Amino acid sequence: MSDAAIDPRSITPAHDGTDAEAMPVFAVERRILGVPVSVWPNILAPLAMGVLFLAGWEFMVRYKDIPPYVLPGPILVAKTLVADWDTLSTSLWITLRITFAALIAAVSIGVALAIIFTQSKWLDKSLLPYAIILQVTPVVSIAPLIIIWVGDINLSLLICAWIVAFFPILSSTIIGLNSVDHNLLNLFQIYGASRWQGLRYLRLPAAMPFFLSGLRIAGGLALIGAVVAEYVAGSGGSASGLAYRILEASYQLKIPRMFAALVMISLTGIAIFLVTSFVSHLALRRWHESALKREN
Amino acid sequence: MTTSAGAHSPALPVGGEAARPLISIKQITKQFANGTLAVRNVNLDLRQGEFVSLLGPSGCGKSTLLRLISGLSQPSAGVIDWPLNPHDTEGHAERDRDLGFVFQDPTLMPWSRAIGNVAMPLILKGMKKSEAHERSAEMLALVGLKGFENSFPRELSGGMKMRVSIARALVTRPRILLMDEPFAALDEITRHRLNDDLLELWWKNRFTAVFVTHSVFESVYLSQRIVVMAARPGRIMADLDVSAPYPRSETFRTSPIYADLCRLASDKLKEAIQA
Repeated sequence: MSDAAIDPRSITPAHDGTDAEAMPVFAVERRILGVPVSVWPNILAPLAMGVLFLAGWEFMVRYKDIPPYVLPGPILVAKTLVADWDTLSTSLWITLRITFAALIAAVSIGVALAIIFTQSKWLDKSLLPYAIILQVTPVVSIAPLIIIWVGDINLSLLICAWIVAFFPILSSTIIGLNSVDHNLLNLFQIYGASRWQGLRYLRLPAAMPFFLSGLRIAGGLALIGAVVAEYVAGSGGSASGLAYRILEASYQLKIPRMFAALVMISLTGIAIFLVTSFVSHLALRRWHESALKREN
Repeated sequence: MTTSAGAHSPALPVGGEAARPLISIKQITKQFANGTLAVRNVNLDLRQGEFVSLLGPSGCGKSTLLRLISGLSQPSAGVIDWPLNPHDTEGHAERDRDLGFVFQDPTLMPWSRAIGNVAMPLILKGMKKSEAHERSAEMLALVGLKGFENSFPRELSGGMKMRVSIARALVTRPRILLMDEPFAALDEITRHRLNDDLLELWWKNRFTAVFVTHSVFESVYLSQRIVVMAARPGRIMADLDVSAPYPRSETFRTSPIYADLCRLASDKLKEAIQA
């Protein structure tokens, strides 16, 4: 045997002795304008569809001579958006403030409750059903009550939006905190890790992907919650968010303005989704399966 | 019980401790809540520095035995004694906190780089991060992963992940390393390499190695002593002495002694399966 001459003990273990050649290969893609080639269709296809749809809409409005108070064409909506920008942007700012305040409250209270629930089985058992009740009760039906009880209109809107947004954060974080590899828990037990160490080094990082997917849902829901609550409060007349602008425009039959406000709400929702998705991508790109692209 | 502390044993216990094993398993029985007898009346002494394989069919309680030694589960009856450690007033020995455990899966934290995974046991003991990382880098170099300190587990191959796992188990410089079929999921070439590297680590560091496997060849190649177990209920059938000298290498794999030992272990395993 030729290997008789070589004593494996005389060589240090494996500079090359690892099966390094079996390392996974990650795709390195060509980029155009900083965006990977394979992502471009995801941008271009819906964009083309949107343009096609808007063109068809404008054409129908002109061809059938539909009056603007029934259905304004997209060009008129865009013009209104520009013309009424001052009023609308002020309202957008108000709605956004409520949305983000609610989202921040949802994240902090949702994560805190999730941690408490996973630390104590009894608190989990006794409080989780009420969190679910809060979630399944339509916010429209409790918004008037909250507005009456709380008095301060901004705070009531915040509470309504929070109620809608916090549950996805709570439930996904609970699942995440409980989804730790059982053997890793065993390992921490062997090394005598404290509860706090287990939380900090194991459960919280493991919960990250779950929390982030909850956050993406909660972002959109916070906006919806804020808008719905504004609708309810709007009849009280003291709010001036985007929903109130829509109500106001509909009373005055300013349909193009209704559409303009609607477009702003939709764009805001899309922007929130993109931002939360981007945050999630940044947080997970190095380690999580969902953020990796394999060469096969 | 036969003794394997032959002339070639690299890890003779020092001086007067020779008579006392590192771990003494006495009349251990483990019954699960569903009534299954995982192990019954098992007696086993593990001497300091020896390499022991637990060989047996699935369900023979070899993994259960590892969990009992590590303290992850408690015996239904019997005692696991650590004769060298301090005992409390009731005669219970303190078990080593510093024990290495390698699972069948690498069991790495996917969000943490290789160095962070290896450093975790030290961090949990309250070591400063800079010091823990320094020691972990040394350990990673010892398992052949110099230059991969900052790789995430997802970026490593199966064998490399297992190396990280071994480095993590050894970073606290434990007296005992428990391994639960660590290489079962790897391809044969990688497994052979890791076997050799594991032997070298053991040779240099002289920890007690307890290696659970269902492979006759792996157990013969690695160990000084093979404990053959039978299932239902889990019990010890034979305690074989592997008297071949170390260092062992590819030449050993092709030698007649190796073939004889494999045949012997195979026969015992067959008996254990039929028992």
